[in-house]
Amino acid sequence: MRRERVPIVVLVLAAIGAAFFIVPLLGLIVRSPWRDAVTALTAPETVEALKLSLFASLSATAAGLVLGVPLAWLYARVEFPGRNLLRALTTLPMVLPPVVGGIALLLAFGRRGLVGSWLDSTFGITLPFTTAGVVMAETFVAMPFLILTVEAGLRSMDRRYEEAARTLGASRWRVFTRVTLPLIGPSLFAGAVLCWARALGEFGATITFAGNFPGVTQTMPLAVYLLLETNQEASYILSLVLLLVSLVVLVGLRDRWLGSA
Amino acid sequence: MRSRLSLVIVAAAFLAACGSSGGTAASSPSPTPLSGSISVFAAASLTASFNALGASFQTAHPGVTSKFNYAGSPTLVTQIEQGGPADVFASADTTNMDKLTTDGFTVGSSSVFAHNQLEIVVAPGNPKGITGLADLAKPGVIYITEAPTVPAGKYSLQALASAGVKVTPKSLETSVTGVISKIETGDADAGIVYTTDVSAAGSKVSGVQIPANNVIATYPIVVVKGTTNSVVANVFITYVLSASGQSTLQSFGFLAAS
Repeated sequence: MRRERVPIVVLVLAAIGAAFFIVPLLGLIVRSPWRDAVTALTAPETVEALKLSLFASLSATAAGLVLGVPLAWLYARVEFPGRNLLRALTTLPMVLPPVVGGIALLLAFGRRGLVGSWLDSTFGITLPFTTAGVVMAETFVAMPFLILTVEAGLRSMDRRYEEAARTLGASRWRVFTRVTLPLIGPSLFAGAVLCWARALGEFGATITFAGNFPGVTQTMPLAVYLLLETNQEASYILSLVLLLVSLVVLVGLRDRWLGSA
Repeated sequence: MRSRLSLVIVAAAFLAACGSSGGTAASSPSPTPLSGSISVFAAASLTASFNALGASFQTAHPGVTSKFNYAGSPTLVTQIEQGGPADVFASADTTNMDKLTTDGFTVGSSSVFAHNQLEIVVAPGNPKGITGLADLAKPGVIYITEAPTVPAGKYSLQALASAGVKVTPKSLETSVTGVISKIETGDADAGIVYTTDVSAAGSKVSGVQIPANNVIATYPIVVVKGTTNSVVANVFITYVLSASGQSTLQSFGFLAAS
């Protein structure tokens, strides 16, 4: 491998760019009161927020798998009018400010919302201020990551295995569950992990749609935000926990995302 | 640094405008026109009233630019302590003011410039028939309030406790505006906010007064240590406390300072 001579300007700008990301992380690590870490992490409010965050983000990932994989399959395999438009609409939350997502959810599934008013009058179900509302907000924001990852996996897989299974008489559903899904396993896993990590960090849509109440809708990011105003040290520690999770996810997926393969 | 730079720019512009007379302005017996810029960190509940105050302050002192940063009082304290460029801090409670003072970020002692009180905010026309604090605990009423870290949330707890009302909110919003917006969308039935917030929201919500067990919020204001323009900062505070400043505040529903 030949060593490229790098123009000095590029080098300097790249160094500034890298520092821009690394310095804030260092700030968090250096300023965190490590001595109080155990106290902060075992405080009842923290444990409550952690439990809720885990439950909600895993539920959102499950919902993402159940609803997102079929969408990804449609996008990868079926030519239909408006496919690109539909794909854009279902992946919009990736670039939408989460608060806007929360407002949109409120106007659709809130008590006076398009669907929400019907849910309320027919079944007596209201979603804002409930854990179900948290799961919805997280699914809304995180599922697009799963859809796109799984679609890419479906597009790059070798379809001859599916055709072989079909000629051997397997039903379409059987081919899907026994051949397609196992073959795209790595994409499925990567998509699910990305979706989960995004759901775990969700703040804007959650606080807008589901509100903030300890044990019901107060997830880790909400707790971090509120702690910043009362107990800054604890909020630093919780931020570090979220940072660590993100790091583990990135490192775990490096083959897929950093192209080291 | 920021205000120093803009002060230099404004001063240069001022000198250029005054031409040769600029050099003698400092020694002239008449009061020197104020110049420079100040940034005021003010509690979110002051947004509308301080925007109006800022406009009239600028009319009175054309050489001065005032900028406002509105957020919850605890957020502002954090921002100032982390080096936020504030010249003046106006808090919605004494707790956050005391914190900033104790931590050594203020100059001198603060002055109380306004009072506010709580009011129940409901949907227009009050469809749930809420008449007082006790009704917040009625079955079928979705009640929300602010988190106890936010002054309004702390006061609402005090008011409910002194009225002997036990009610669990569905949500602890991070700001008064969060409560108002969820009442507007109809997702919650009732919340506790400041009287000034109900009047600022206009016809989109209705207010139910709390005649007994109300809590009076105290708004103190102070010059922040490290200000680059303490003269203008002090003049601004004097203006807020003046008859004209007070009448502006009262037009937004605040109670008089004294």
